[in-house]
Amino acid sequence: MNALELRGVEKSFKKRRGEVVRALDSVSLSVGKGEVVGILGPNGSGKSTLVRVISTLVLPDSGEVAVFGVDAVRHPKQVQRSMNRVSVEASFFKKLSAMENLLYGAKLYGVTSAEARPRIKEILDNIGFAQKRATEPMEHLSRGMQQKIALARALLTSPVLMLLDEPTTGLDPRSKKDVQVFIRRIRDAHDSSILLCTHDMGEAEELCDRVGIMVDGKILALEEPEDLKRRYATNGRVPTLEETFMAATGYSVEEASANTE
Amino acid sequence: MRGNVKPLWLSEMVAVWGYVQRNYFLTKRYFMWEIVWLVYVTINAMAITYIGAGVDAAGGTVDKEFLMTYLLVGALLWNYLSMLFDVLSETVSWERWEGTIEYTFMSPSSRVTHLLGMGFYAVVYGILQTALTLGVCYLFFDLDLSRANYAGALLVLAVASVSLVGFGIVAAVLPLLSPEKGQQVSYIVSSVLLLVSGVYYDVSVLPGWMQAIATVSPVTYALQGARAALQDGAGVAELWNYIRVLLVMGVVFVPLGLFVFHLGESYAKRTGKLKRSG
Repeated sequence: MNALELRGVEKSFKKRRGEVVRALDSVSLSVGKGEVVGILGPNGSGKSTLVRVISTLVLPDSGEVAVFGVDAVRHPKQVQRSMNRVSVEASFFKKLSAMENLLYGAKLYGVTSAEARPRIKEILDNIGFAQKRATEPMEHLSRGMQQKIALARALLTSPVLMLLDEPTTGLDPRSKKDVQVFIRRIRDAHDSSILLCTHDMGEAEELCDRVGIMVDGKILALEEPEDLKRRYATNGRVPTLEETFMAATGYSVEEASANTE
Repeated sequence: MRGNVKPLWLSEMVAVWGYVQRNYFLTKRYFMWEIVWLVYVTINAMAITYIGAGVDAAGGTVDKEFLMTYLLVGALLWNYLSMLFDVLSETVSWERWEGTIEYTFMSPSSRVTHLLGMGFYAVVYGILQTALTLGVCYLFFDLDLSRANYAGALLVLAVASVSLVGFGIVAAVLPLLSPEKGQQVSYIVSSVLLLVSGVYYDVSVLPGWMQAIATVSPVTYALQGARAALQDGAGVAELWNYIRVLLVMGVVFVPLGLFVFHLGESYAKRTGKLKRSG
Protein backbone atom coordinates (compact mmCIF):
# COMPACT_ATOMS: atom_id res chain seq x y z
CA MET A 1 0.00 0.00 0.00
CA ASN A 2 1.28 3.46 -0.90
CA ALA A 3 1.70 6.13 1.75
CA LEU A 4 -0.06 8.60 -0.52
CA GLU A 5 -2.15 8.06 -3.62
CA LEU A 6 -3.84 10.79 -5.68
CA ARG A 7 -6.01 9.93 -8.66
CA GLY A 8 -7.41 12.55 -11.04
CA VAL A 9 -7.56 15.31 -8.43
CA GLU A 10 -9.10 18.55 -9.71
CA LYS A 11 -9.41 21.87 -7.92
CA SER A 12 -10.52 25.25 -9.24
CA PHE A 13 -11.01 28.52 -7.38
CA LYS A 14 -13.28 31.39 -8.34
CA LYS A 15 -11.62 34.76 -8.15
CA ARG A 16 -13.45 38.01 -7.40
CA ARG A 17 -14.21 38.99 -10.99
CA GLY A 18 -15.71 35.59 -11.78
CA GLU A 19 -12.46 34.33 -13.27
CA VAL A 20 -11.85 30.63 -12.58
CA VAL A 21 -8.32 29.48 -11.77
CA ARG A 22 -7.61 25.82 -12.25
CA ALA A 23 -5.16 25.08 -9.43
CA LEU A 24 -5.02 21.30 -9.87
CA ASP A 25 -5.67 19.72 -13.24
CA SER A 26 -6.21 15.96 -13.08
CA VAL A 27 -3.30 15.36 -10.71
CA SER A 28 -2.33 11.75 -10.11
CA LEU A 29 0.70 10.70 -8.12
CA SER A 30 1.80 8.23 -5.52
CA VAL A 31 4.36 8.26 -2.73
CA GLY A 32 5.56 4.83 -1.62
CA LYS A 33 6.21 3.89 1.97
CA GLY A 34 9.54 5.42 3.05
CA GLU A 35 9.87 7.24 -0.28
CA VAL A 36 10.72 10.93 -0.75
CA VAL A 37 8.95 12.50 -3.72
CA GLY A 38 9.80 16.03 -4.79
CA ILE A 39 7.55 18.39 -6.73
CA LEU A 40 9.30 21.19 -8.58
CA GLY A 41 7.28 24.06 -9.94
CA PRO A 42 7.14 27.81 -10.25
CA ASN A 43 5.08 29.81 -7.79
CA GLY A 44 1.43 29.60 -8.73
CA SER A 45 1.85 26.17 -10.30
CA GLY A 46 -0.44 24.53 -7.71
CA LYS A 47 2.15 22.99 -5.34
CA SER A 48 0.70 24.61 -2.22
CA THR A 49 -2.86 23.74 -3.24
CA LEU A 50 -1.68 20.15 -3.71
CA VAL A 51 -0.26 20.11 -0.18
CA ARG A 52 -3.42 21.74 1.22
CA VAL A 53 -5.65 19.17 -0.47
CA ILE A 54 -3.60 16.30 0.98
CA SER A 55 -3.54 17.90 4.43
CA THR A 56 -7.39 18.20 4.35
CA LEU A 57 -7.36 22.02 4.34
CA VAL A 58 -8.85 22.28 0.86
CA LEU A 59 -11.55 19.98 -0.51
CA PRO A 60 -10.93 18.76 -4.07
CA ASP A 61 -13.66 19.23 -6.69
CA SER A 62 -13.15 15.67 -7.85
CA GLY A 63 -10.67 12.82 -7.71
CA GLU A 64 -9.38 10.63 -4.90
CA VAL A 65 -6.84 11.32 -2.17
CA ALA A 66 -5.83 8.34 -0.03
CA VAL A 67 -3.28 8.28 2.80
CA PHE A 68 -2.26 4.72 3.60
CA GLY A 69 -5.44 3.59 1.89
CA VAL A 70 -7.73 5.89 3.90
CA ASP A 71 -9.86 8.36 1.93
CA ALA A 72 -8.71 11.82 3.09
CA VAL A 73 -11.94 13.55 2.02
CA ARG A 74 -14.31 11.13 3.74
CA HIS A 75 -12.21 10.40 6.82
CA PRO A 76 -10.10 13.52 7.43
CA LYS A 77 -9.64 12.95 11.19
CA GLN A 78 -8.21 9.47 10.62
CA VAL A 79 -5.79 10.81 8.02
CA GLN A 80 -4.79 13.86 10.07
CA ARG A 81 -3.45 11.62 12.84
CA SER A 82 -0.90 10.07 10.49
CA MET A 83 0.57 13.15 8.85
CA ASN A 84 2.02 16.57 9.50
CA ARG A 85 3.16 19.49 7.44
CA VAL A 86 5.87 22.14 7.33
CA SER A 87 5.15 25.15 5.16
CA VAL A 88 7.16 28.08 3.92
CA GLU A 89 5.84 30.27 6.77
CA ALA A 90 6.80 28.83 10.15
CA SER A 91 3.33 29.80 11.55
CA PHE A 92 3.65 29.93 15.32
CA PHE A 93 2.24 31.99 18.15
CA LYS A 94 5.01 34.55 17.95
CA LYS A 95 4.84 35.70 21.57
CA LEU A 96 5.05 32.13 22.89
CA SER A 97 8.34 30.34 23.27
CA ALA A 98 9.44 27.45 21.07
CA MET A 99 8.80 25.07 23.97
CA GLU A 100 5.29 26.44 24.58
CA ASN A 101 4.47 26.20 20.87
CA LEU A 102 5.79 22.64 20.70
CA LEU A 103 3.86 21.51 23.79
CA TYR A 104 0.69 23.07 22.37
CA GLY A 105 1.22 21.49 18.95
CA ALA A 106 1.80 18.08 20.55
CA LYS A 107 -1.41 18.29 22.62
CA LEU A 108 -3.52 18.85 19.51
CA TYR A 109 -2.39 15.34 18.52
CA GLY A 110 -3.18 13.91 21.98
CA VAL A 111 0.44 13.94 23.18
CA THR A 112 0.74 15.09 26.81
CA SER A 113 3.49 17.40 28.10
CA ALA A 114 5.05 14.50 30.03
CA GLU A 115 5.28 12.47 26.82
CA ALA A 116 6.37 15.40 24.67
CA ARG A 117 9.17 16.91 26.82
CA PRO A 118 11.75 14.10 26.43
CA ARG A 119 10.94 13.88 22.70
CA ILE A 120 11.38 17.64 22.31
CA LYS A 121 14.75 17.50 24.06
CA GLU A 122 15.88 14.64 21.81
CA ILE A 123 14.69 16.35 18.62
CA LEU A 124 16.20 19.72 19.54
CA ASP A 125 19.52 18.00 20.32
CA ASN A 126 19.37 16.27 16.93
CA ILE A 127 18.83 19.50 15.03
CA GLY A 128 21.49 21.36 16.98
CA PHE A 129 19.03 23.75 18.60
CA ALA A 130 20.30 25.06 21.95
CA GLN A 131 17.87 23.99 24.70
CA LYS A 132 18.15 27.33 26.50
CA ARG A 133 16.81 29.17 23.45
CA ALA A 134 13.68 27.02 23.55
CA THR A 135 12.28 29.28 26.26
CA GLU A 136 12.65 32.46 24.17
CA PRO A 137 9.63 33.89 22.32
CA MET A 138 9.52 32.70 18.71
CA GLU A 139 9.73 36.29 17.47
CA HIS A 140 13.26 36.49 18.90
CA LEU A 141 14.46 33.55 16.80
CA SER A 142 15.86 33.76 13.27
CA ARG A 143 13.86 32.40 10.31
CA GLY A 144 16.17 29.42 10.12
CA MET A 145 15.67 28.61 13.79
CA GLN A 146 11.92 29.02 13.46
CA GLN A 147 11.92 26.61 10.54
CA LYS A 148 13.86 24.06 12.60
CA ILE A 149 11.19 24.36 15.29
CA ALA A 150 8.53 23.87 12.60
CA LEU A 151 10.24 20.62 11.59
CA ALA A 152 10.51 19.62 15.24
CA ARG A 153 6.79 20.31 15.71
CA ALA A 154 5.95 18.07 12.75
CA LEU A 155 8.28 15.32 13.89
CA LEU A 156 6.97 15.43 17.45
CA THR A 157 3.74 13.76 16.37
CA SER A 158 5.71 10.98 14.59
CA PRO A 159 3.91 11.35 11.26
CA VAL A 160 4.15 8.51 8.77
CA LEU A 161 3.59 11.06 6.00
CA MET A 162 5.38 14.43 6.03
CA LEU A 163 4.32 17.24 3.72
CA LEU A 164 7.12 19.75 3.25
CA ASP A 165 6.02 22.84 1.34
CA GLU A 166 9.13 24.85 0.48
CA PRO A 167 10.66 24.34 3.93
CA THR A 168 13.95 26.03 3.00
CA THR A 169 12.66 28.96 0.93
CA GLY A 170 14.02 32.27 2.19
CA LEU A 171 16.60 30.71 4.51
CA ASP A 172 20.25 31.70 4.54
CA PRO A 173 22.62 29.05 3.08
CA ARG A 174 23.71 27.77 6.50
CA SER A 175 20.15 27.37 7.80
CA LYS A 176 19.11 25.82 4.51
CA LYS A 177 21.88 23.24 4.83
CA ASP A 178 20.90 22.49 8.45
CA VAL A 179 17.27 21.98 7.52
CA GLN A 180 18.20 19.76 4.59
CA VAL A 181 20.42 17.62 6.82
CA PHE A 182 17.51 17.29 9.22
CA ILE A 183 15.13 16.23 6.43
CA ARG A 184 17.65 13.61 5.33
CA ARG A 185 17.82 12.36 8.89
CA ILE A 186 14.02 12.11 9.07
CA ARG A 187 14.07 10.14 5.82
CA ASP A 188 16.77 7.76 7.02
CA ALA A 189 15.82 7.30 10.66
CA HIS A 190 12.09 7.80 11.02
CA ASP A 191 10.62 5.62 8.31
CA SER A 192 8.48 8.53 7.13
CA SER A 193 7.25 9.06 3.60
CA ILE A 194 7.83 12.61 2.41
CA LEU A 195 6.28 14.84 -0.23
CA LEU A 196 8.63 17.78 -0.74
CA CYS A 197 7.58 20.83 -2.77
CA THR A 198 10.52 23.06 -3.60
CA HIS A 199 12.14 25.50 -6.00
CA ASP A 200 15.57 24.28 -5.07
CA MET A 201 16.88 21.91 -7.74
CA GLY A 202 19.87 20.80 -5.67
CA GLU A 203 17.61 20.04 -2.73
CA ALA A 204 15.27 17.98 -4.90
CA GLU A 205 18.09 16.07 -6.53
CA GLU A 206 19.82 15.35 -3.24
CA LEU A 207 16.83 14.42 -1.10
CA CYS A 208 14.26 12.90 -3.44
CA ASP A 209 13.88 9.37 -4.79
CA ARG A 210 11.59 10.69 -7.52
CA VAL A 211 11.02 14.20 -8.79
CA GLY A 212 7.99 15.65 -10.56
CA ILE A 213 7.58 18.92 -12.41
CA MET A 214 4.36 20.82 -11.94
CA VAL A 215 3.10 23.63 -14.16
CA ASP A 216 -0.36 25.22 -14.29
CA GLY A 217 -1.80 22.59 -11.98
CA LYS A 218 -0.52 19.64 -14.00
CA ILE A 219 2.26 17.23 -13.18
CA LEU A 220 4.25 16.95 -16.38
CA ALA A 221 6.54 14.16 -15.29
CA LEU A 222 7.36 12.20 -12.16
CA GLU A 223 10.47 10.07 -12.35
CA GLU A 224 13.81 9.38 -10.73
CA PRO A 225 16.01 12.46 -11.15
CA GLU A 226 18.33 10.78 -13.66
CA ASP A 227 15.44 9.47 -15.76
CA LEU A 228 13.79 12.88 -15.68
CA LYS A 229 16.96 14.56 -16.90
CA ARG A 230 17.43 11.95 -19.64
CA ARG A 231 13.89 12.66 -20.85
CA TYR A 232 15.01 16.18 -21.77
CA ALA A 233 18.41 15.17 -23.21
CA THR A 234 19.33 16.87 -26.47
CA ASN A 235 21.98 15.65 -28.90
CA GLY A 236 23.00 12.95 -26.44
CA ARG A 237 23.75 15.47 -23.69
CA VAL A 238 21.95 14.89 -20.38
CA PRO A 239 20.97 18.30 -18.94
CA THR A 240 21.19 19.34 -15.31
CA LEU A 241 17.97 19.29 -13.29
CA GLU A 242 17.85 23.07 -13.56
CA GLU A 243 18.05 22.89 -17.35
CA THR A 244 15.45 20.13 -17.31
CA PHE A 245 13.15 22.36 -15.26
CA MET A 246 13.64 25.25 -17.68
CA ALA A 247 12.98 23.04 -20.67
CA ALA A 248 9.82 21.62 -19.11
CA THR A 249 8.33 24.80 -17.68
CA GLY A 250 9.76 27.64 -19.73
CA TYR A 251 10.80 29.32 -16.46
CA SER A 252 14.28 29.92 -15.12
CA VAL A 253 14.78 29.02 -11.46
CA GLU A 254 14.83 32.74 -10.58
CA GLU A 255 11.56 33.37 -12.42
CA ALA A 256 10.01 30.32 -10.79
CA SER A 257 10.64 31.62 -7.30
CA ALA A 258 9.96 35.28 -8.09
CA ASN A 259 6.37 34.94 -9.34
CA THR A 260 3.91 35.22 -6.55
CA GLU A 261 1.20 32.69 -5.99
CA MET B 1 2.87 9.84 18.27
CA ARG B 2 3.47 6.46 16.65
CA GLY B 3 2.89 3.78 19.26
CA ASN B 4 1.07 6.37 21.37
CA VAL B 5 -2.39 4.92 20.92
CA LYS B 6 -4.83 6.60 23.27
CA PRO B 7 -8.58 6.28 23.38
CA LEU B 8 -10.12 9.04 21.27
CA TRP B 9 -11.82 10.70 24.25
CA LEU B 10 -8.49 10.91 26.10
CA SER B 11 -6.74 12.46 23.09
CA GLU B 12 -9.54 15.02 22.85
CA MET B 13 -9.23 15.83 26.57
CA VAL B 14 -5.48 16.36 26.12
CA ALA B 15 -6.29 18.71 23.24
CA VAL B 16 -8.86 20.66 25.33
CA TRP B 17 -6.12 21.16 27.91
CA GLY B 18 -3.80 22.21 25.06
CA TYR B 19 -6.12 25.08 24.09
CA VAL B 20 -6.63 26.14 27.72
CA GLN B 21 -2.89 26.03 28.45
CA ARG B 22 -2.03 27.91 25.24
CA ASN B 23 -4.42 30.71 26.18
CA TYR B 24 -2.93 30.79 29.68
CA PHE B 25 0.57 31.10 28.14
CA LEU B 26 -0.67 33.95 25.94
CA THR B 27 -2.29 35.74 28.90
CA LYS B 28 1.00 35.42 30.77
CA ARG B 29 2.95 36.77 27.79
CA TYR B 30 0.59 39.72 27.35
CA PHE B 31 0.43 40.31 31.12
CA MET B 32 0.90 44.09 30.97
CA TRP B 33 -1.92 44.35 28.43
CA GLU B 34 -4.08 42.25 30.74
CA ILE B 35 -3.42 44.73 33.55
CA VAL B 36 -4.28 47.64 31.26
CA TRP B 37 -7.51 45.91 30.22
CA LEU B 38 -8.42 45.11 33.85
CA VAL B 39 -7.90 48.75 34.84
CA TYR B 40 -9.99 49.90 31.86
CA VAL B 41 -12.84 47.49 32.68
CA THR B 42 -12.84 48.48 36.35
CA ILE B 43 -12.81 52.21 35.65
CA ASN B 44 -15.51 51.77 33.02
CA ALA B 45 -17.73 49.91 35.54
CA MET B 46 -17.09 52.62 38.15
CA ALA B 47 -17.88 55.43 35.70
CA ILE B 48 -21.18 53.80 34.79
CA THR B 49 -22.04 53.26 38.46
CA TYR B 50 -21.36 56.95 39.19
CA ILE B 51 -24.19 57.80 36.79
CA GLY B 52 -26.45 56.46 39.57
CA ALA B 53 -24.62 58.52 42.20
CA GLY B 54 -25.12 61.66 40.12
CA VAL B 55 -28.82 61.21 39.55
CA ASP B 56 -29.70 63.61 42.42
CA ALA B 57 -27.68 66.39 40.86
CA ALA B 58 -29.59 65.84 37.62
CA GLY B 59 -32.89 66.34 39.47
CA GLY B 60 -33.90 62.68 39.58
CA THR B 61 -35.80 61.08 42.44
CA VAL B 62 -34.93 57.39 42.45
CA ASP B 63 -33.45 54.99 44.98
CA LYS B 64 -29.81 55.89 44.40
CA GLU B 65 -28.33 52.75 45.96
CA PHE B 66 -30.66 50.54 43.93
CA LEU B 67 -29.81 52.34 40.69
CA MET B 68 -26.06 52.18 41.36
CA THR B 69 -26.27 48.46 42.10
CA TYR B 70 -28.43 47.98 38.98
CA LEU B 71 -25.86 49.77 36.81
CA LEU B 72 -22.86 48.02 38.35
CA VAL B 73 -24.42 44.58 37.95
CA GLY B 74 -25.13 45.48 34.32
CA ALA B 75 -21.57 46.70 33.72
CA LEU B 76 -19.95 43.66 35.34
CA LEU B 77 -22.17 41.07 33.71
CA TRP B 78 -21.92 42.71 30.31
CA ASN B 79 -18.13 42.69 30.65
CA TYR B 80 -18.20 38.97 31.46
CA LEU B 81 -20.79 37.91 28.88
CA SER B 82 -19.44 40.08 26.06
CA MET B 83 -15.92 38.84 26.76
CA LEU B 84 -17.17 35.25 26.49
CA PHE B 85 -18.91 36.08 23.20
CA ASP B 86 -15.86 37.94 21.84
CA VAL B 87 -13.37 35.17 22.70
CA LEU B 88 -15.50 32.59 20.91
CA SER B 89 -16.33 34.80 17.94
CA GLU B 90 -12.67 35.81 17.52
CA THR B 91 -11.41 32.20 17.55
CA VAL B 92 -10.96 32.06 13.79
CA SER B 93 -9.79 35.61 13.10
CA TRP B 94 -7.28 35.46 15.94
CA GLU B 95 -5.67 32.27 14.63
CA ARG B 96 -5.70 33.67 11.12
CA TRP B 97 -3.91 36.78 12.38
CA GLU B 98 -1.28 34.67 14.19
CA GLY B 99 -0.91 32.50 11.06
CA THR B 100 -1.64 29.27 12.90
CA ILE B 101 -5.13 28.56 11.57
CA GLU B 102 -4.08 25.92 9.05
CA TYR B 103 -2.12 24.00 11.68
CA THR B 104 -5.09 24.03 14.03
CA PHE B 105 -7.54 22.97 11.34
CA MET B 106 -5.34 20.14 10.04
CA SER B 107 -4.81 18.69 13.52
CA PRO B 108 -6.90 15.64 14.43
CA SER B 109 -8.54 17.30 17.45
CA SER B 110 -12.22 17.94 16.75
CA ARG B 111 -13.81 21.36 16.33
CA VAL B 112 -15.96 20.68 19.42
CA THR B 113 -12.73 20.21 21.39
CA HIS B 114 -11.28 23.40 19.92
CA LEU B 115 -14.30 25.55 20.77
CA LEU B 116 -14.83 23.86 24.14
CA GLY B 117 -11.22 24.64 25.10
CA MET B 118 -11.66 28.28 24.04
CA GLY B 119 -14.97 28.53 25.95
CA PHE B 120 -13.62 26.93 29.11
CA TYR B 121 -10.67 29.32 29.31
CA ALA B 122 -12.91 32.31 28.61
CA VAL B 123 -15.28 31.33 31.45
CA VAL B 124 -12.45 30.93 34.00
CA TYR B 125 -10.70 34.12 32.85
CA GLY B 126 -13.97 36.07 32.82
CA ILE B 127 -14.96 34.95 36.32
CA LEU B 128 -11.57 35.99 37.72
CA GLN B 129 -11.64 39.35 35.96
CA THR B 130 -15.23 40.07 37.05
CA ALA B 131 -14.50 39.06 40.67
CA LEU B 132 -11.50 41.42 40.76
CA THR B 133 -13.54 44.29 39.28
CA LEU B 134 -16.38 43.66 41.74
CA GLY B 135 -13.88 43.63 44.62
CA VAL B 136 -12.53 47.05 43.65
CA CYS B 137 -16.03 48.48 43.17
CA TYR B 138 -17.05 47.26 46.65
CA LEU B 139 -14.39 49.60 48.07
CA PHE B 140 -15.89 52.63 46.33
CA PHE B 141 -19.67 52.23 46.52
CA ASP B 142 -22.37 51.49 49.09
CA LEU B 143 -24.13 48.81 47.15
CA ASP B 144 -27.57 47.47 47.96
CA LEU B 145 -26.73 43.76 48.11
CA SER B 146 -28.16 43.00 51.56
CA ARG B 147 -30.66 40.47 50.17
CA ALA B 148 -28.36 39.03 47.48
CA ASN B 149 -28.65 35.35 46.59
CA TYR B 150 -25.09 34.87 45.27
CA ALA B 151 -25.48 31.15 44.62
CA GLY B 152 -28.60 31.84 42.53
CA ALA B 153 -26.79 34.54 40.54
CA LEU B 154 -23.88 32.17 39.87
CA LEU B 155 -26.30 29.47 38.71
CA VAL B 156 -27.90 31.90 36.25
CA LEU B 157 -24.47 32.95 35.00
CA ALA B 158 -23.31 29.33 34.62
CA VAL B 159 -26.32 28.46 32.46
CA ALA B 160 -26.04 31.74 30.55
CA SER B 161 -22.37 31.01 29.82
CA VAL B 162 -23.36 27.84 27.93
CA SER B 163 -25.88 29.74 25.76
CA LEU B 164 -23.36 32.53 25.14
CA VAL B 165 -20.72 29.99 24.07
CA GLY B 166 -23.25 28.63 21.53
CA PHE B 167 -24.07 32.16 20.39
CA GLY B 168 -20.35 32.95 20.07
CA ILE B 169 -19.73 29.80 18.01
CA VAL B 170 -22.41 30.91 15.54
CA ALA B 171 -20.63 34.29 15.27
CA ALA B 172 -17.21 32.58 14.96
CA VAL B 173 -18.23 31.24 11.58
CA LEU B 174 -18.42 34.75 10.09
CA PRO B 175 -14.64 35.18 9.56
CA LEU B 176 -14.65 31.77 7.83
CA LEU B 177 -17.25 32.99 5.35
CA SER B 178 -15.58 36.36 4.81
CA PRO B 179 -11.96 36.68 5.97
CA GLU B 180 -11.97 40.46 5.46
CA LYS B 181 -15.36 41.49 6.85
CA GLY B 182 -16.55 38.58 9.00
CA GLN B 183 -15.06 39.76 12.27
CA GLN B 184 -16.51 43.26 11.87
CA VAL B 185 -19.98 41.73 11.52
CA SER B 186 -19.51 39.84 14.81
CA TYR B 187 -18.67 43.19 16.49
CA ILE B 188 -21.98 44.52 15.18
CA VAL B 189 -23.76 41.47 16.68
CA SER B 190 -22.03 42.20 20.00
CA SER B 191 -23.08 45.87 19.95
CA VAL B 192 -26.70 44.93 19.12
CA LEU B 193 -26.69 42.58 22.15
CA LEU B 194 -25.51 45.53 24.28
CA LEU B 195 -28.28 47.76 22.95
CA VAL B 196 -31.25 45.42 23.23
CA SER B 197 -30.48 43.18 26.22
CA GLY B 198 -31.17 45.68 28.98
CA VAL B 199 -27.64 46.04 30.24
CA TYR B 200 -28.12 49.52 31.75
CA TYR B 201 -31.92 49.94 31.52
CA ASP B 202 -34.98 47.79 31.53
CA VAL B 203 -35.87 46.20 28.20
CA SER B 204 -39.41 47.64 28.53
CA VAL B 205 -38.12 51.15 27.68
CA LEU B 206 -37.09 49.99 24.19
CA PRO B 207 -39.22 50.26 21.06
CA GLY B 208 -41.26 47.13 20.31
CA TRP B 209 -39.01 45.86 17.51
CA MET B 210 -35.95 46.07 19.77
CA GLN B 211 -37.82 44.23 22.52
CA ALA B 212 -38.54 41.49 19.98
CA ILE B 213 -34.79 41.11 19.31
CA ALA B 214 -34.15 41.09 23.07
CA THR B 215 -36.24 37.94 23.44
CA VAL B 216 -33.64 35.90 21.51
CA SER B 217 -30.64 37.36 23.35
CA PRO B 218 -29.34 35.14 26.18
CA VAL B 219 -27.88 38.29 27.75
CA THR B 220 -31.41 39.58 28.42
CA TYR B 221 -32.34 36.57 30.58
CA ALA B 222 -28.90 36.38 32.19
CA LEU B 223 -29.17 40.01 33.35
CA GLN B 224 -32.77 39.74 34.50
CA GLY B 225 -32.01 36.53 36.39
CA ALA B 226 -28.79 37.82 37.95
CA ARG B 227 -30.44 41.09 39.01
CA ALA B 228 -33.38 39.22 40.52
CA ALA B 229 -30.94 37.08 42.51
CA LEU B 230 -28.58 39.90 43.57
CA GLN B 231 -31.00 42.77 44.13
CA ASP B 232 -34.26 41.04 45.07
CA GLY B 233 -32.79 37.91 46.67
CA ALA B 234 -34.86 35.68 44.35
CA GLY B 235 -34.62 31.95 45.09
CA VAL B 236 -34.14 29.13 42.60
CA ALA B 237 -37.90 28.71 42.15
CA GLU B 238 -38.26 32.35 41.05
CA LEU B 239 -35.10 32.18 38.97
CA TRP B 240 -36.34 29.09 37.16
CA ASN B 241 -38.20 31.28 34.62
CA TYR B 242 -34.87 32.72 33.47
CA ILE B 243 -32.85 29.52 33.87
CA ARG B 244 -35.40 27.55 31.84
CA VAL B 245 -35.11 29.93 28.87
CA LEU B 246 -31.32 29.97 29.11
CA LEU B 247 -31.24 26.17 29.21
CA VAL B 248 -33.39 25.98 26.08
CA MET B 249 -31.11 28.55 24.40
CA GLY B 250 -28.05 26.51 25.40
CA VAL B 251 -29.60 23.32 24.03
CA VAL B 252 -30.43 25.12 20.78
CA PHE B 253 -27.44 27.45 20.31
CA VAL B 254 -24.56 25.07 21.09
CA PRO B 255 -25.52 22.32 18.59
CA LEU B 256 -26.71 24.99 16.13
CA GLY B 257 -23.39 26.82 16.53
CA LEU B 258 -21.39 23.65 15.95
CA PHE B 259 -23.51 22.74 12.94
CA VAL B 260 -23.21 26.20 11.42
CA PHE B 261 -19.46 26.18 12.13
CA HIS B 262 -19.15 22.80 10.40
CA LEU B 263 -20.94 24.22 7.33
CA GLY B 264 -18.70 27.31 7.43
CA GLU B 265 -15.57 25.20 7.70
CA SER B 266 -16.63 23.06 4.72
CA TYR B 267 -17.33 26.23 2.73
CA ALA B 268 -13.90 27.65 3.65
CA LYS B 269 -12.24 24.39 2.62
CA ARG B 270 -14.10 24.33 -0.69
CA THR B 271 -13.22 27.93 -1.52
CA GLY B 272 -9.70 27.99 -0.05
CA LYS B 273 -10.57 30.67 2.52
CA LEU B 274 -8.70 29.07 5.41
CA LYS B 275 -5.47 30.36 3.95
CA ARG B 276 -3.76 32.96 6.12
CA SER B 277 -4.00 35.79 3.63
CA GLY B 278 -7.65 35.00 3.06
